[in-house]
Amino acid sequence: MDAEPRTLAELAHALRSGAVTAAETTERCLSTIAARNASLNAFITVLADEARAQARQADAEIAAGRYRGPLHGVPVSLKDIIDLRGVATTAASRVREGHIAAADAPVVSRLKAAGAVLIGKNNLHEFAFGTTNEDSAFGAARHPLDANRSPGGSSGGSAAAVASGMAYAAIGTDTGGSIRIPSAACGLVGLKPTLGEIPTGGVVPLSPTMDHVGPICRSVEDAQILHAALGGAGSAARSPASRPLKLARLHDDFTALLDPAVASAFAQACTRLREAGVELCDAIIPHAGDIAPVYLHIVLVEAAAYHAPTLERAADAYTPNVRMRLEMGRYILAEDYMRALHGREVLRTEVDSALTGCDALLLPTLPILAPRLGVETVRVGGTEEPVRGAMLRLTQLFNLTGHPAITIPCGMSPEGLPIGAQLVGRLGETAALLDLARAVEGYLGPGASR
Amino acid sequence: MTITLWLENAVQDAERRGLPALRPLLETLARATSALRMADWNADASGQLEPHRPDGR
Repeated sequence: MDAEPRTLAELAHALRSGAVTAAETTERCLSTIAARNASLNAFITVLADEARAQARQADAEIAAGRYRGPLHGVPVSLKDIIDLRGVATTAASRVREGHIAAADAPVVSRLKAAGAVLIGKNNLHEFAFGTTNEDSAFGAARHPLDANRSPGGSSGGSAAAVASGMAYAAIGTDTGGSIRIPSAACGLVGLKPTLGEIPTGGVVPLSPTMDHVGPICRSVEDAQILHAALGGAGSAARSPASRPLKLARLHDDFTALLDPAVASAFAQACTRLREAGVELCDAIIPHAGDIAPVYLHIVLVEAAAYHAPTLERAADAYTPNVRMRLEMGRYILAEDYMRALHGREVLRTEVDSALTGCDALLLPTLPILAPRLGVETVRVGGTEEPVRGAMLRLTQLFNLTGHPAITIPCGMSPEGLPIGAQLVGRLGETAALLDLARAVEGYLGPGASR
Repeated sequence: MTITLWLENAVQDAERRGLPALRPLLETLARATSALRMADWNADASGQLEPHRPDGR
């Protein structure tokens, strides 16, 4: 085959037709890893021998007519917080030294059943508790387009791997935006399904009531394939809507503080959607100002509860920033956690209301561009704020409420850094959101995507 | 417990545990907790005196 397949879906067609083999595709990914992982630090563990064996098996099965589906023979990587039997799950932490997973996480079992080639395990922000991937026992992952910048996080190594061609897709986790943030920063598609839709067993928890597992990939079609393979509900193909799409843009807190390049790209994306016949209306979340306090009081308490034993036993094994964040959670009063749970229900109702009368919500994914490594604060719209707070600002709401959300590329900054737009669907309707996102991706055009 | 008292206790405990670096984070958290308690969907939980609610809630 002359041209390398760009997306997982294109690769699947090529593998099935015999235009390429899983073995040569896997070898190409391993070559990219060999060439670029020293600088990008996207992988903690590379499973070269295992991947080659899986690829050979996939080729043999496909040749024998036993095609399992579109993941068969496709190199996929796992965020190193997801258990793969017989391999360490480091969570990018020295706290986990010596750990070997005794069993596959359910999502891994499903990938194996689908015939995916599991090529390795990706770097992340320690225990998924951060947005830049800088606090990792294995060093920071770096952005494929600018090694002085973060690829986002916490699934930063996963996004760097997919964006640089080390894998065709990666499985990440998202507790405040950890799939969508790095996907947007690296010009990829990232899906956070509905809360509870994809099993989180065998995944080191951060905040069990907000943790989601989902794909990072190069197109919405790829996300549909992975969503179905991971067990997402209602993934059967649907007929397109017979009326124009209607999207509600979230305003006020969601658009007030954006990097000028993000604001410009998002505005241009809205123009392209209008030109394509999409109806745009405006919506607000009345208590948007309460999102961050509500989120903080839930994530800190739930993370501290999980880590309490190791904070007592091996506190020095954590990176300092993550340790301090976990310690904060130990001081939150139960009454304030309960208040936050109440606030979460208020916000869930408000997102449901915002979705009334439209097909999905539309907002930017990240208010800033991929941040430079080592930077603690960022100035947006004349306001200085911590990088972490800024990066979570537009994504964490939907971890609280559980609504499915997907980021798709919507443009580039003048310096060539990707910018993402986020679409949010109704609870339990991830498949419908994916259908809609595929249409929107088409309206935005290939120039928006890597 | 008022936020002022909570913060005082938390900072003292963190320092006793050899974690003085926690102070600025706890101060940030105190501001977030204050915002949480003042949200209009919440009953007033500032810890200040408030009128007794006849329905007991």
